[in-house]
Amino acid sequence: MFQLAKSIDDAIEPIGDGCLLVVPREVSGVPMAATRALVRRGVKRLHLVALPTSSLQADLLIGAGCVAILETSAVSLGEFGPAPRFTAAIISGAVAMKDATCPALHAALQASEKGVPFMPLRGLIGSDILKVRDDWKVVDSPFAQDDPIVLLPAIKPDVALIHTPMADHFGNVWIGRQRELATMAHAAYKTVATVEKIHDGNLLDDPALAAGTLPGFYVESIAVAERGTWPMGLPDFYPADSDHLAEYARMAATSEGFADYLERYVYERRAA
Amino acid sequence: MNAAPRERNFRDEELLADVIARLIGDVRHIAVGNASPIPATAALIARERGKGRTYVSLLQSRKHNFFTDGARELFDCAGQGRIDVFFLSGGQIDGAGNVNLVSTGDYKRPNVRFPGSFGSAYLYYVVPKVILFRTEHSRRTLVPKVDFISAPGASEDNVYRRGGPIALVTNRCLFNFANGHFTLAAVHPGHTVDEVVENTGFDFEMPTEVPETQAPTRETLKLMREVVAPQLSEVYPQFAAQVFGMSQQSFAH
Repeated sequence: MFQLAKSIDDAIEPIGDGCLLVVPREVSGVPMAATRALVRRGVKRLHLVALPTSSLQADLLIGAGCVAILETSAVSLGEFGPAPRFTAAIISGAVAMKDATCPALHAALQASEKGVPFMPLRGLIGSDILKVRDDWKVVDSPFAQDDPIVLLPAIKPDVALIHTPMADHFGNVWIGRQRELATMAHAAYKTVATVEKIHDGNLLDDPALAAGTLPGFYVESIAVAERGTWPMGLPDFYPADSDHLAEYARMAATSEGFADYLERYVYERRAA
Repeated sequence: MNAAPRERNFRDEELLADVIARLIGDVRHIAVGNASPIPATAALIARERGKGRTYVSLLQSRKHNFFTDGARELFDCAGQGRIDVFFLSGGQIDGAGNVNLVSTGDYKRPNVRFPGSFGSAYLYYVVPKVILFRTEHSRRTLVPKVDFISAPGASEDNVYRRGGPIALVTNRCLFNFANGHFTLAAVHPGHTVDEVVENTGFDFEMPTEVPETQAPTRETLKLMREVVAPQLSEVYPQFAAQVFGMSQQSFAH
């Protein structure tokens, strides 16, 4: 039987320095407890792919010096304003930015899902995003006359890191409606999941649950992390902690304030 | 924006939502991205006025969100022509309809960095009606030429394109967009053509007589305040409370 990890720290062991790590957008269950554990462990030189956007998670990893390359369509704290550490790192050049557009990231991961080297995508031609992405190519469609189309190389992450409501003792992970988590897991070599709780029985036994279940053969490790997306919300389960996000936006506005934030909320374990 | 002057019975936000709702018209599927309470209001008005077949997808909402195949489904839908209307904004917008959501100055060493392009570099090409919306109408935002083209307003003839900008709505006026340029279509009550010219960095056309933006009718205001506002509270509780006086308490999570 599948062995649950003893701790979040054990579960994230596959995420090493230089890892090509894919993480989900802000409304799909952001594994923040695991992210804080990565910062505490001092992971370095991540190539972070945020599918297709990110907020606190990318900002925290960037501010803590964990990211060498960032590939995403946007980073923002939403109603709490710009993502301050992301903004500072791009302006200073501390992080190499690979600007994208949302469907391009979805498509590049879908290419890996299918095991094909690239995926075509409409749009993009005439955008400066295409100009600054020398890894994206324009070809003439072989099925039409004078029909240029962009090809995106497959993104094959080393690890997909996700947080979901539950998993079972067989290594199956219930993702519900957040289907991009399946795309991430299908595309990545390994998937690391934190979950709110462990489901008794096999998730695949119930057809209603099975439809939203990622089968265990994709999954490398699972750890229980209650309220594991805090201070982000887990849709349908609990809301974001707005007060905390506002506090983050305030503190992270300066590098000194950000260092205080890390000291208070990341290096020191949060009092329950 | 401030409260409406006393002689008016509507707020600026209500006027803008009404303008946008008229631009939307009667369509099948309207998608609204993040942090867009006024476009969301407009989309919900359009749905109420539609003949019962209009879908509104508010991407931040749980209730007003029908997608079950992950975040990519919106883009796959749009690629097939299943999304009729979308909204974009920009840190900079220029007279050719180009939008910049990335940065100002040199891309490698920017002066200002914005969050990023989101889905613009795709949706601008494939959604038939894209409505540009920017409440800060200034020479800082409406520029002669954007520093970075997240998404171009128009494309070469051989580039696949079935959509693009139809209008730009600002806090001061409405521009229509056609044939690669903007035309001043109406100036909002309390604003003037001179003020629009003064605060716009790009060239645009205008008729000799520029009409004042039509005020929302009593029926529209009633619809907005009584039917739309309660629906909006789930996604934009602060906005709904501030503009429509909806109680935030009853919509707490």
